[in-house]
Amino acid sequence: MATARHSDDCHAICSGRAQADSDTLSRLLDLLEYQGKQLFARHGVPVPDGKPADNVDDAVAAAEEIGYPCVIKAQVLIGGRGKAGGIKVAESEPEARGAAEAILGMDITGPHGEGPFKVRQVWIEGASQIAAEYYASIILDRSAKKSLAMLSTMGGMNVEEIADKDPEALVRQYIEPGEGSFGTKEAGRLASDAGVDEDVREKVAELLVKLHGAFDASDATLIEVNPLVVTKDRDVVALDAKVTIDDSALFRQEEVAEAGEGEAEDPQEQMAKEKGLTYVKLDGDVGILGNGAGLCMSTLDVVAQAGGSPANFLDAGGGSKAEAIIDALEVISSDDKVNAILFNIFGGITRCDEVARGIIEAYGRVDLDLPLVVRLDGTNSAEGLRLLTDADIPDLHVEKTMLGAAAKVVELAKAKAGG
Amino acid sequence: MSIIVGNDTKLVVSGLTGREGSFHGLRNRDYGTDLVAGVTPKKGGQDVDGVPIFDTVAEAVQERGANTSMVFVPARFAAASIEEAIDAGIETVIAITEHIPVHDMLRIYWKARDAGVRLIGPNCPGVLSPGKANVGIIPAQFFEQGSIGVVSKSGTLTYQIGNELKQAGLGNSSIVGIGGDPIVGSDFIDVLELYESDPETELIVMVGEIGGDAEERAADYIAEKVTKPVIGYIAGFTAPAGKQMGHAGAIISGSSGTAEAKKKALEAKGVRVGKSPTETAQLAAEVIGS
Repeated sequence: MATARHSDDCHAICSGRAQADSDTLSRLLDLLEYQGKQLFARHGVPVPDGKPADNVDDAVAAAEEIGYPCVIKAQVLIGGRGKAGGIKVAESEPEARGAAEAILGMDITGPHGEGPFKVRQVWIEGASQIAAEYYASIILDRSAKKSLAMLSTMGGMNVEEIADKDPEALVRQYIEPGEGSFGTKEAGRLASDAGVDEDVREKVAELLVKLHGAFDASDATLIEVNPLVVTKDRDVVALDAKVTIDDSALFRQEEVAEAGEGEAEDPQEQMAKEKGLTYVKLDGDVGILGNGAGLCMSTLDVVAQAGGSPANFLDAGGGSKAEAIIDALEVISSDDKVNAILFNIFGGITRCDEVARGIIEAYGRVDLDLPLVVRLDGTNSAEGLRLLTDADIPDLHVEKTMLGAAAKVVELAKAKAGG
Repeated sequence: MSIIVGNDTKLVVSGLTGREGSFHGLRNRDYGTDLVAGVTPKKGGQDVDGVPIFDTVAEAVQERGANTSMVFVPARFAAASIEEAIDAGIETVIAITEHIPVHDMLRIYWKARDAGVRLIGPNCPGVLSPGKANVGIIPAQFFEQGSIGVVSKSGTLTYQIGNELKQAGLGNSSIVGIGGDPIVGSDFIDVLELYESDPETELIVMVGEIGGDAEERAADYIAEKVTKPVIGYIAGFTAPAGKQMGHAGAIISGSSGTAEAKKKALEAKGVRVGKSPTETAQLAAEVIGS
């Protein structure tokens, strides 16, 4: 679940310019709406009663139990569900059935072309009588090194639109580190600054305090409620929930950890996840492995500068052992688009002779009919290069420099694509 | 001189009895670092290859005069180890451990600031001052003593650049890995400030990557406060938005945090930015040679 569905939302406006990707602060674990609402409920944040379902019959049964009108909502990690037809209101059992049939199994593409994501679950909840729609969020601001609460009475639209239309309408307040620094007094000031209707100000403040409680207790890096609604009965309810959890903290977040058990959408990403590799799929045809995140990114860049197009990011890690090299080669070569592969290794802790052994062993185990360019430098590189030369593997090309290796792999990928 | 670690460093390693901790701690000692103690609760009184182990950092400070702590303990205990070092009166804490929860780092960041303790990392390769001391996992053989200060978010990328500098006959005053996490104890600006006042450093190489706005803020700082030449490098031009590229902090959100934006911000302030690690080393050689 490495997708950042709300990537364009909060971060861009929480300080003046190129700003903290506050929504994606650490390794990501995004919760589905209903998982977020269940988290809210555990922390006393008011949410509509609802039930999840993964098939039509269960969805209809949930609708019958909740009563009509109810709302049937696609559970995917992406914005723009409503516009894509993933949210429907049902007034009766046949309508609930029709809605569930339409939504379950549909593919939803995000507003920025993300996905498509197949809908495997729906959330059925009682329809709310909406009097006003607000926006609320709490994020971790990496520049300020503080949590930041934001509130606006212009809810329902995405936060960038709010900031565009009326920057004044989005009120921000940093939360000082330490216990009890965001109580009803502070939250009440935020509500009053945002221009929240006076009669519900206290309820909004209480909800914000509880939201912050959920944020801290669940190791969240982002919580966004859009819309936060005021009902006709003047109750305040979180009608949506976007929650991102820091996955470094999952060891102490058992309840939400289960939410991350889902499968990755992409077959290579799923395979990499199972093997414990850090892999990101890209569009090109040059498969890439590097050791260390920075060097790996840099490798992608020099391949692009050489006129190639990277097929992936794969960081074999700081202390890459032979087994990791074999796994990596399997994952990269299972992507049909790949025409050539580049291994760029700078051995620090990683020993280049280990890497070379891994490559040689991989040839015995993986059916590889792609050209492979290897650049080994650093610890034990002479030994590693000797091993590779002695193994005399066809279509394995050893290069001395990073730039030379990039040029070579691009040339080989083009030849393969042309042939 | 050098920055952060040097001849005055008296190192205590939290987690010295662990596999990684002992490997790197003893490697640091072999390099010449004054490794005075290790800390592992309930193992006080033991030793690792002659290095005394204490139950607490406070004892290591009291008994052995430790002033620098390296944290090598598993992620779920690392936050407590950093806090313990701060409380014990350690001057510099270098946290190698990765995957420390970001909420813990938020708390610790302010605790370290308030206590006046310099915190490097977490999730960083440490600090090497060639010829003097090495605290962390940086392979010292790729770096020579010299006058270029390096500050970087990435480990292997730094080794790559260091090695290219070495081949060009250049060396380093210090190499500081600040780490690729969203919340780190010291940012580019903190380290730039140290290099600016270090008489041995003549030129600074700053290695950044996508995510956050530390590079952009550093660009402003360089324009205002840094008189020494700075050469930049940014990794991640081909990284797509919304995907985390290995480091927890390396992710582009919307239009912010891109490599292009960082490069432009640096160049706008007169910092030359290399296209590749090789070109970055060449630019440094060119400037320092002239």
